[in-house]
Amino acid sequence: MNSYRIQGATGDWEVVIGLEVHAQVTSNAKLFSGSATAFGAEPNSQVSLVDAAMPGMLPVPNRECIRQAVRTGMAINAQINKWSRFDRKNYFYADLPQGYQISQLYHPLVGEGTIEIQLDDKDPESTKTIGIERIHVEQDAGKLMHDQHPTMSYVDLNRSGVALMEIVSRPDMRSPAEAGAYLTKLRTILRYVGSCDGNMDQGSMRADVNVSVRRPGEPFGTRTETKNVNSVRFVMQAIEHEANRQVDVLESGGKIVQETRLFDPDSGSTRSMRSKEDAHDYRYFPDPDLLPLELDDAFLEECRASLPELPDAKRHRYETVLGLSPYNAGVLTADVETARWFEKLLAESAGKQGKGEADVAKQAANWLTSELFGALNKLGRGLEDSPVSPEGAAELLALVGDGTISGSIAKQVLEKMLETGDGAAAIVEREGLKQTSDTGAIEAVVDKVLADNADKVEQYRGGKEALFGFFVGQTMKAMQGKANPQLVNELLKKKLG
Amino acid sequence: MPNNANELTELGIAAIREGVAKGEFTATEVAAAFNAAVAAAQPALNAFIVTTPEKALDAAAKVDADRAAGKALGKMAGVPIGMKDLFATKGVQTTAASRILEGFTPEYESTVSSKLWDAGAGMLGKLNLDQFAMGSSNETSAFGNVISPWRRPGDTAPLAPGGSSGGSSAAVAARLAPAATGTDTGGSIRQPAAFTGISGIKPTYGRCSRWGIVAFASSLDQAGPMARDVRDCAIMLEAMAGFDPKDATSLDLPVPAWEAGLSGDLRGKKVGIPREYRMDGMDPDVAKSWDDGIAWLKDAGAEIVDISLPHTKYALPTYYIIAPAEASSNLARYDGVRYGLRELPDGANLQDMYAATRAAGFGAEVKRRILIGTYVLSAGFYDAYYTQAQKVRTLISHDFKNAFTEVDVILAPTAPTAAFALGEKSDDPLAMYLNDVFSVPASLAGLPAMSVPAGVDRNGLPLGLQVIGKAFDEQGVLNAGLAIEQRAGFSAKPAKWW
Repeated sequence: MNSYRIQGATGDWEVVIGLEVHAQVTSNAKLFSGSATAFGAEPNSQVSLVDAAMPGMLPVPNRECIRQAVRTGMAINAQINKWSRFDRKNYFYADLPQGYQISQLYHPLVGEGTIEIQLDDKDPESTKTIGIERIHVEQDAGKLMHDQHPTMSYVDLNRSGVALMEIVSRPDMRSPAEAGAYLTKLRTILRYVGSCDGNMDQGSMRADVNVSVRRPGEPFGTRTETKNVNSVRFVMQAIEHEANRQVDVLESGGKIVQETRLFDPDSGSTRSMRSKEDAHDYRYFPDPDLLPLELDDAFLEECRASLPELPDAKRHRYETVLGLSPYNAGVLTADVETARWFEKLLAESAGKQGKGEADVAKQAANWLTSELFGALNKLGRGLEDSPVSPEGAAELLALVGDGTISGSIAKQVLEKMLETGDGAAAIVEREGLKQTSDTGAIEAVVDKVLADNADKVEQYRGGKEALFGFFVGQTMKAMQGKANPQLVNELLKKKLG
Repeated sequence: MPNNANELTELGIAAIREGVAKGEFTATEVAAAFNAAVAAAQPALNAFIVTTPEKALDAAAKVDADRAAGKALGKMAGVPIGMKDLFATKGVQTTAASRILEGFTPEYESTVSSKLWDAGAGMLGKLNLDQFAMGSSNETSAFGNVISPWRRPGDTAPLAPGGSSGGSSAAVAARLAPAATGTDTGGSIRQPAAFTGISGIKPTYGRCSRWGIVAFASSLDQAGPMARDVRDCAIMLEAMAGFDPKDATSLDLPVPAWEAGLSGDLRGKKVGIPREYRMDGMDPDVAKSWDDGIAWLKDAGAEIVDISLPHTKYALPTYYIIAPAEASSNLARYDGVRYGLRELPDGANLQDMYAATRAAGFGAEVKRRILIGTYVLSAGFYDAYYTQAQKVRTLISHDFKNAFTEVDVILAPTAPTAAFALGEKSDDPLAMYLNDVFSVPASLAGLPAMSVPAGVDRNGLPLGLQVIGKAFDEQGVLNAGLAIEQRAGFSAKPAKWW
């Protein structure tokens, strides 16, 4: 693997990156109140007395949020702390009704874990393990709206109290690409586990990006933290910009200031928000409204038992048990919905063709990654809103499998399926697309093709063997593609001598 | 059979409940009598921040109707009570005696007050208190001092009713209410009860839900009853206590039948006398009342045991770190953004609004404690103060645990002196804080503790004795309290001057 380096005027620089990802826990209710958590609701329509921090209101932990965070920890092979505690992070802001955020500083729910990334889908050697330092659960804040009134800001507390997991990586990444791969892989895992929907555009997942630069082999430099970056692309841009900025500062004799920065998606650059000197003293202390969180073995066992097959295991199984190429296995497991679709197709295909799943897996995988993905791409759709269902696709593949239609006819049938929503068998029947294996009929056409192209036959016999494909094409064309390709090949070979 | 208003206001919870149930008088008559007493005393004593005579009458009318319909009556049926203005009451202003919440009318009812209404009690009004329950004399209220109904003989100097539940103690002592709710963070039920010659119990931490009570120090705050005698405390505590899923620190235990379990017979029980509570320069009247208490409990059949609670001297400083630390965070929500006072000077930004609102809204003592709390939690000081205080708190709990392997309850004075005059200590916070010296240790350990009247000092002012029990053993505390009550023969009451 080539090391990513920034070429400065005075030599090469290495970039050191750590990410703190805030992932909204998938749950119907907030971390410490029963309020709903739907995205896009009317401002202040999902706010309980607790979320608004009315006098005398108390937080009560939501078991489902804890369960999801524990399952997430298990999915990254992390240590689950059976004893953890909530702390208050105190600061004043209008979107923070309590005047403190309930978080976990001293005793997080989840300890150290790892995530494996692969930088190149086709290169199994390009994997790298990224350390996870911890996952803790905490409350989200509300949102200020500055565009509602000429001189005042409004506050929307719908997000106030929503459960977040803060997933803190080790400073183990060394390039924007690694950070991108890490974030993508983390998102994949969260979606497999079902603990976060991973919708970065809706703010369900956002990253604080810690970046520093150093001469290769030297100790870590001073880092900056760029807050709330909300897409994989932006994270990569922010790192690239920030690392280059730091190199410029250092090479011109300056010093990096430990500070919080903001990413501007329009310019792709970062700018200073506040420096360490203005940093808050958060006065963390254990929240006296809450008892320590103690998890028993039965609860942990239930969390573990509810975990699905995770992406790395699934990918490995696709390669070893189903015999798929590493590329196909990677593509099909990159998103949980794709894997689910593929596995339905696999089950239906095996059933319809009376074969084992491993026997139809390559056919199904190739068709899905090349034919259906390509067709959906043209329509500007994804698998989630595909007009063709796994059952419908299995019907089509079964027709290819038993020789009723050829692969090239199958492409036409798929197009019709996408157009009309009809089933594959019905389309083949209606359009008369069944493959012909009538030797007599094919032979008659072959004879005509050879007679019509006597000059080319002569060239072929003179050694221009590449013309064989031309004869095949002419024959198939004359038969509207319905001839059994194998028979066409055999007859042509025989006649051309 | 009492038949005029003056006689009705002499009655406590048990007597009212019984009289109403038997039809000797109606709940409406009782409510009217107390409403009248409240109205007559309000200008002089200032025990209430708002009065709600109609609420008392409405609740009484319902009890009378239920009785007429032959329905079962609740534990507190027909008993009008005062509600400390720290409990959120739906539709009735709830201020914690602070300007910052003036005009705040909750849309919700605290768990404890809900339970009391469900048990058939009615509300006479919201009782004055030290601002955010911070104080020992009721001099920090934004709505004026509460004046104790007690006076020194031949002296009209106003005395402190104790704090923070000073409106509660004054109202019960002056016969403006048969009982009142209190809350106790470091002694705020027990000390005012002692100052005014009434009984009050702080149950085990977690017995009463904190939901809907304006928070002072979450790990210490507990609600409890303040009433004329031990039986009334038992009845009312039964109505207030119980598991509440809305409070994560609530005890998930059934509520014992404390009233039915009352017994002043202490044979087979051991009473611990902590030697560290006998301090140099102790008020001789207080020392004598303690000795009286020891003799009474011996007389009730208990064995008296000398015990040691070695970390007692660290309790007060520990308390005055932990309570302000929690308060500094709990009170951050009063920021002018969503409810209560908002001060928005011309051209003010958000920070300016915070500063102006909190400067205008909080009283001096509240500000002092927020500053102390902010300081002890600050980077660089946290370990030296807060962490250390938590360690000492654990040691204090261990002291009690060790003692309770040997004894069933502990007997001590409630406060170092009888009631002092208003203004006497208000300029000296440290002298004021010293008032909590005997009450704070049980608070830090979360233990049940009560004060019962034990006699009067040389000036004829009430003195209280404190019984501290094992966690969850309110019954043991109430029974020892009852044994004292039966022998103390406390019958002093303030001469009516208002």
